[in-house]
Amino acid sequence: MIGIIDYGMGNLFSVSKALERLEVPYFLSENKLELLEADALILPGVGSFKDAMGILNSTGLANLVKEFADTGKPLLGICLGMQLLFESSEENGLTEGLQLLPGHVRRFPGTTPEGETYKVPHMGWNRLEFLQGSPILKGLAEDYVYFVHSYFVDTDENEVVISQTSYDVEVPAVVGRGNVFGMQFHPEKSSSLGMALLRNFTELVGERMSVK
Amino acid sequence: MLTKRIIPCLDVKDGRVVKGVQFVQLRDAGDPVELARFYDGQGADELVFLDISASHEGRKTMVEVVKAVASELAIPFTVGGGINALDDMKRILRAGADKVSLNTAAVNNPDLITEGANFFGSQCIVVAIDAKYDEELGSWRVYTHGGRTPTDLEVITWAREAAERGAGEILLTSMDSDGEKKGFDIKLTKAVSEAVSIPVIASGGAGNADHFAEAFVDGKADAALAASIFHYKETSVAEVKSFIKEKGVVVR
Repeated sequence: MIGIIDYGMGNLFSVSKALERLEVPYFLSENKLELLEADALILPGVGSFKDAMGILNSTGLANLVKEFADTGKPLLGICLGMQLLFESSEENGLTEGLQLLPGHVRRFPGTTPEGETYKVPHMGWNRLEFLQGSPILKGLAEDYVYFVHSYFVDTDENEVVISQTSYDVEVPAVVGRGNVFGMQFHPEKSSSLGMALLRNFTELVGERMSVK
Repeated sequence: MLTKRIIPCLDVKDGRVVKGVQFVQLRDAGDPVELARFYDGQGADELVFLDISASHEGRKTMVEVVKAVASELAIPFTVGGGINALDDMKRILRAGADKVSLNTAAVNNPDLITEGANFFGSQCIVVAIDAKYDEELGSWRVYTHGGRTPTDLEVITWAREAAERGAGEILLTSMDSDGEKKGFDIKLTKAVSEAVSIPVIASGGAGNADHFAEAFVDGKADAALAASIFHYKETSVAEVKSFIKEKGVVVR
C-alpha cells in the first residue's frame, strides 16, 4: 500500500483523490512505523521550505523519509515535497533539506539576463521535455503539466534531471535517482499526463514486488 | 514555454451555477460538477467557482460542491465568495480547492492576504479586484460587495499592495466591460499586469475568441476568464484556443 506522509503541509486531499481515481490503495499517516511499512511513500507539500523542514525535523519524519529511501522502496516528493529532497533552499533564509538528491533550491530571479522582467510564481501549464529514459516516463509522450512555484531546483548533476521545463531558466520538473523521485509540478492537477505519471510511480511498487 | 490560461468561471448559488449580467440579472445554467467535467474535457486550464450564496446554508453547500469537484477533476480550481477569515480559507482549501480568492474581505482587512499567504503559501491566495473607471480619480476605482460599494482605493495601488502582501495572483474584473461582450478592458488589464510581478487574470467582457487574443497580446494578461459565452455555448474553450493559437498565443 502507498503511504502519504501527513505532516500538515500537504495537498493531501487532491493527492488522495488522484490515487482513488487510479484505484491504488493508500493510507495517510504521520506515524513513522506505519509509514516505514508502506510499499511506497509520497511526500506532498505546499507552503514554505523552512516551515516544512521545521515540522519534518521536530516530528522525526525527516529521519523517517531518509530511512525509507535507504530501504530501496519508491519515494516520490511532489512540488515542495520534491524540493525538500534536495540539499538546501534559500526560501526565508538558508535551510538544510533532506539531502537525498544533489542540488539547491533558489528563487526565480524574475528578470532575464537581458533585463526583461517576468512573472513569479511560475503558475500555469508548461511543457515537459524528457531528457532521459526512466521507468517513471514509461510509455508517455511530452505534454503539458500544471506548475505553481516561486522556487526551483538548481543542480549541476544532470543525471538526476529526468525531465525539465523552461521558464526563463531550465526548471527540473521530474527528478530522480534510484528509488527516489520528485515532481515539481502537481501531477494530481495535471490532467492526463499527470495521472499517467502518478500511475507509473505506483507501478514501480508492483515491479519491485515481482523482482523480489 | 508557459502557456496562457483560459478559465471558465462558474457563479454558484446554493449549489447551482448561475451567471449575472453586469452583476444584476441571474440565470440558472446548471450543475457545477457536470459543468466542471464538461470544461475539463474541452481543455479548460483551470476553473473558478464564485460562491454568491447569501445564506449560511448556501455556504455549507459550497464545501460539498468543492469536495465533489476535487474528487472528479485533475485540473486546478479556485473558489471565491464568502471567504472572510483564515478559517474560511482552511474550510475551502481542505475540501480540495487549490486556491481561494479574496475580494471584499481583503479590502476590509488587508492583513488577511498576508495571513493566508503565510499559512498556505502565496500560490493559494488570489486577490480579486472589481474595477470601474472613475473620471474624477482619472483611473480605476476598486469596488467591493459584488460591485455595489465604491471604495477609496485606486486599482493599480491596491493591486501592488496585494502583491506585496503575498497574493499569488490577481483576478481583475472590469465592471465597465462585464456582461457587455465587447471585449476585455485592455487598458486596465495592461496597466495592472505591468504594475505587478504576479500573474493577472483578465475578466469581464469576453464576447468572442478574438477578445481573448487581445487580452493576451495587448492586455498582457497571463490568463483570461469568462462565463456566459462558455455556459451558453456561444463559443467553446477548444474553439478559443485553436483561434488564438493561430494568432501566435501559446496555449496548451
